Amino acid sequence: MTLLLVQILNGVQLGLLLFLIASGLTLVFGVMDFINLAHGVQYMIGAYLGVACAGLAGNFWIGMLVASVIAGIVGLVLERCVLRFLYGRDHLDQVLAGSGVILATNELVRVIWGDAPLQMPMPALLAGSVPLMDGMRYPVYRIALIAAALIVAAGLTFAVGHTRAGMLVRAGASDAVMVRALGVDIGRLFTLIFGIGAMLAGFAGVLAAPLVSIEPSMGDNLLILAFVVIVIGGVGAIRGAFVAALLVGLTDTLGRSMATDAAKAVLSASASARVGPAIASMLIYIVMAAILAVKPAGLFPARA
Amino acid sequence: MRDRAAPIAIFAAFVLVPFLPWGGAYNLAVALMARAAVFGLAALSLDFILGVGGMVSFGHAAFFVIGAYATTILDANHIDGAAPVFATAAIASAFFALVTGAVALRTRGVNFIMITLAFAQMVYFAAGSLADYGGDDGYTLAARTTLLGRSVYYWMCLAILLTAYLLCRRVVASRFGRVLRAIKQNRRRVQALGFDAWMYQLVAYVIAATLCGLAGVLLANSAEFVSPAYGAWQRSGDLLIMVILGGAGSLHGAVVGSIAVVLLEEVLGRFTEHWRLIYGPLLILSVLYVRGGLAAMSAGRPGYLGRDF
Repeated sequence: MTLLLVQILNGVQLGLLLFLIASGLTLVFGVMDFINLAHGVQYMIGAYLGVACAGLAGNFWIGMLVASVIAGIVGLVLERCVLRFLYGRDHLDQVLAGSGVILATNELVRVIWGDAPLQMPMPALLAGSVPLMDGMRYPVYRIALIAAALIVAAGLTFAVGHTRAGMLVRAGASDAVMVRALGVDIGRLFTLIFGIGAMLAGFAGVLAAPLVSIEPSMGDNLLILAFVVIVIGGVGAIRGAFVAALLVGLTDTLGRSMATDAAKAVLSASASARVGPAIASMLIYIVMAAILAVKPAGLFPARA
Repeated sequence: MRDRAAPIAIFAAFVLVPFLPWGGAYNLAVALMARAAVFGLAALSLDFILGVGGMVSFGHAAFFVIGAYATTILDANHIDGAAPVFATAAIASAFFALVTGAVALRTRGVNFIMITLAFAQMVYFAAGSLADYGGDDGYTLAARTTLLGRSVYYWMCLAILLTAYLLCRRVVASRFGRVLRAIKQNRRRVQALGFDAWMYQLVAYVIAATLCGLAGVLLANSAEFVSPAYGAWQRSGDLLIMVILGGAGSLHGAVVGSIAVVLLEEVLGRFTEHWRLIYGPLLILSVLYVRGGLAAMSAGRPGYLGRDF
C-alpha cells in the first residue's frame, strides 16, 4: 500500500515535470502552428546550465534562477536566429530544421561538458527525507519538486485563463489569423509565448537535474514524451496538457512498477520477467493509440 | 513524370560506383553505396506515403525492424532462402501496416505523426523483449539470406531499389496515384467526388510498409546482425530527414537524400568526431535556402511531382 503511494507520488512528479515542458510546446504549436523540436533542447540545456551555474555560484538556488533565465534567453536567441524564419512554412521543414538544431546543440553540449553523464548534488536544505507513513520515507526534494511544479502550473493556468495576455494566447490557439486581423501584434505574442515556454522547459531541466543523470540525449526522450502529452491532451490546450501529463506520468511510473507482476497472472515467472518491462515501456504508447483511436483530435482540442 | 534525367543520373551513379578506380577504398565505397541503397529503399517507401500521399509517418523504421526480425526468426529456424525470407518480411510488414494504419489513418496532422510513432515504439520495445533473439543486444545471423551473398549483395540492393522506384513511379502515375495525390491536396473534395480517401491511403500505407519491410531484410544482411535499435525513433527521424532533405514528393529525391545523409555522415565523421556540429547547421541551412529539397535544386524547380500535372 505504501509502495503504491510512493509510486503514485513519483508518477505525479514525472507528470508535473512533463507538464512544464509540454505546456510551452502545446502553446507554441497551438498558437503559432509551429512544431518546435528544439523544445527538448531547452530542458537539456536547463539541466546543464543548472549544474554549471550552481557550481559557479556554490548555491543551488541561485544556480536554478540563473539557469532558468539563461535557458529562456537561449530559447529567444534561437527563435530570433533560426526558428522565426520557419513560421508559416511546411511542418516538414520545421521538423527538418528542428532536427538540425537538436543534433547541433546536443553535440555542442558534448563538446563543452563531455560525454560522461553529470550529477547535480541535492541542495542541502532538501537533501533529507520525511516519514510518509510508518516505516516509509519519501525524499524531501521530490515533494518540493511537486510543490514547485504545482505552483508554476497554477500560475500558468491562471495567467492563461484570467489575464489579458492569456486571453490573447487562448484566442490565438483557436484562430491566430482572426486575432491578427483584430489588430493584435501577433509577433510580440509569439515572442512572449516562446520565451515563457523556453524558460519553463529550462526550469523543468534544473528541477529534474538532481534526480536524473544529466546527458546530452536527455532532452530527446523528454521531447517525445511531451509530444505524447500534447497529442493526448489536444493541441493548444493547457488544461488538456495538464490532464494528459499526469496521465502519462502515472501510467509510465505505475506501469513500470506493476507490469511484471501483472504479467505473472497470465504468464510464467520467467516469461513475465521478459515481457513485463517491454509492456511497461509500451504502456503510454498503447494508451495514446487507444485515446487517438477513439478521439482522433485528443481529449481537449483547442481548435473546434 | 517528365523529369527523367535526375533519376537516370542517380541510378547510373549507383551502377558506375563499383567500376571506378577506388584503389584501396573500393570496399568502403561499395559498402557506403549499398547502405545508401538500403536506406534509399526505405526512404523511397516513406516518400511514397509522405510526399505523394500526405501521410507524415514518424514510425516508418518499425517496418525495418519487422523485416529484419522476420529474417532473424527464420534464420534461427535454419531457413535462409530468399523467397521465404522476403515473403515473410513482406507479409508481416503488410499485415502490421494494415492493422495499425486502419487506426492511425483516423487521425490527421501531428496526431498521425505521433500515433505512427506510438506503434513504432511498441514494435521497438517488443523486439527488445525477444530474449530468444538476443533481446536488446541483438542477434547475429547464422547465415546470409540466399541471393544476398557478399559478392552480389550490392547488385541485389540496387536491383530491388530500382524495381521499387519504377513500381512507385508507376503507381503514382496511375489512377490510384492520382487519387492519392488529390487526397493530399484536398481531401474533402476527393471525398465529395465519391472516393473513400481512408481506403486509398490505407492501401498506399500498406504498399510503403511492404517495401520498407524488404529494406529491413537487406539491412539485416548488410552486417549479418539485427538489433531493436534499427527501429528506434531516431531511425524513423533519419528516414524523415532523408526524404525532406532530398525533396518530398519526387520519389528519386528520397534516394538522393539517402545518399547525401550516408555520405555526409561518413565524410564529416572522418573530418571530426563532432561531425553533428556541422551536419545540424547544414540541415538548417538546407531548409532555409533549398526549398523543395536537393532534387528540386538539381532540376531547378519544385520537387513535387504533383505540380507537374
